[in-house]
Amino acid sequence: MSKIPLQFRHNGRDVAIFVDGGTNLLVALRELIGDMTPKFGCGQGGCGTCSVLVDGELHLSCLTLAETVAGRTIETLDGMKQGPNLHPLQRAFADNFAAQCGYCTPGMLMAAKALLDRNPSPSRDEVVEAISGNICRCTGYEPIINAILAAAGGRVSA
Amino acid sequence: MAVTVKTFTSASEAAGALSSDRSARYLGGGTLVMRALNEGDVSISTVVRTQDQALSRIDASGPRITLGAGVTFARVLAERDLAFLHAPARSIGGPAVRNMGTIGGNLFAQNPYGDFTVALLALDATVTVAGGFGARDVPIEEFLQGRERQTGTLVLSVSCTRPANSEAFRYRKIARIKPKGGSVITLAAHLPLSGGRIAGARVALGSMAPTQIRARAAERALEGRAPDAATIAAAASAVTEGTSPSDNALGSAWYRREIVGVHLRRLLSGQE
Repeated sequence: MSKIPLQFRHNGRDVAIFVDGGTNLLVALRELIGDMTPKFGCGQGGCGTCSVLVDGELHLSCLTLAETVAGRTIETLDGMKQGPNLHPLQRAFADNFAAQCGYCTPGMLMAAKALLDRNPSPSRDEVVEAISGNICRCTGYEPIINAILAAAGGRVSA
Repeated sequence: MAVTVKTFTSASEAAGALSSDRSARYLGGGTLVMRALNEGDVSISTVVRTQDQALSRIDASGPRITLGAGVTFARVLAERDLAFLHAPARSIGGPAVRNMGTIGGNLFAQNPYGDFTVALLALDATVTVAGGFGARDVPIEEFLQGRERQTGTLVLSVSCTRPANSEAFRYRKIARIKPKGGSVITLAAHLPLSGGRIAGARVALGSMAPTQIRARAAERALEGRAPDAATIAAAASAVTEGTSPSDNALGSAWYRREIVGVHLRRLLSGQE
């Protein structure tokens, strides 16, 4: 079966790859571009660890057909840090012990970024809602919620 | 396994491609079809999609609203004129699923999903599908009864009449995980009042049968009566009639039958 050429913007950089028909965006990012920050969890849309931003909107890369992002802008955790400095959300996650095993962290950070990009000072309920599609089996969520609120409140030294 | 992806500029071309290939599935938001591909569903060898803008249209200005099949739940939530559909839209997935999942796809979502469709069923919605010679309107109940045979059908839009007021239409999803989780049961009720009596009662249930169904016995108990405690109690005790729930990881069939009347009573009497 012939390969399909695909171009899109990935963390501020134009990329061009060839994908098989039916390839999902998560596989394209990890195996063809080498961005290992989005993780494979369930492949069903239940866990959220593959979350990325498509044109600024939170999407699940494992449920996104790769060729549907042609010409669009994809942001992943790999593009979040600002030069040598951590993004305020990353710093807040570290300071607030919001990562234990770390497997959910890329998706949590992207979900949090999607929230703060639109709503810089969310309520606690809005934070809970924003990460409701992301499963964490370690932290019990409280440290993650606190970290996002700390980043939003500017109580983090980036 | 690689599949063939066919992208069309118009919905009618996509409909033609779907109807001529039994192994083709229409890709909307991806939350159903990509999931099936990720699980290795070999019955799908072709994925059909279209970039037709008509499928993402919202017409919510008048008394009758129309939602293109490709409208996402996030867009429903962003539309102030669709406030009566915000509760069902918000009850689905997390933000990422709501950014992707569509009204049209929800019609095909199996238990424990398909909550938005429960609301549309209670609103007597009409499903517009692409037919051989243009579009054809199908009542949603008829569409759902024949859903297993609809895989080659392209849904274009869904329309329904706006409820008279926020009291007339009620929706509740019972889930174990909050704010996000699969449905234990889902209930929607449209009870328009005429001279203090219910006229045109509709009660729809999710996860109480293989597809979303109407609770006709409960509707009969409500029809023509004032929505008082006795009427609501009669509807609640009749609501399991005609249902055939299944066991799954979220709840047993027995549990579903036990709680559906309790939740209907709470829903109709405005209790939390």
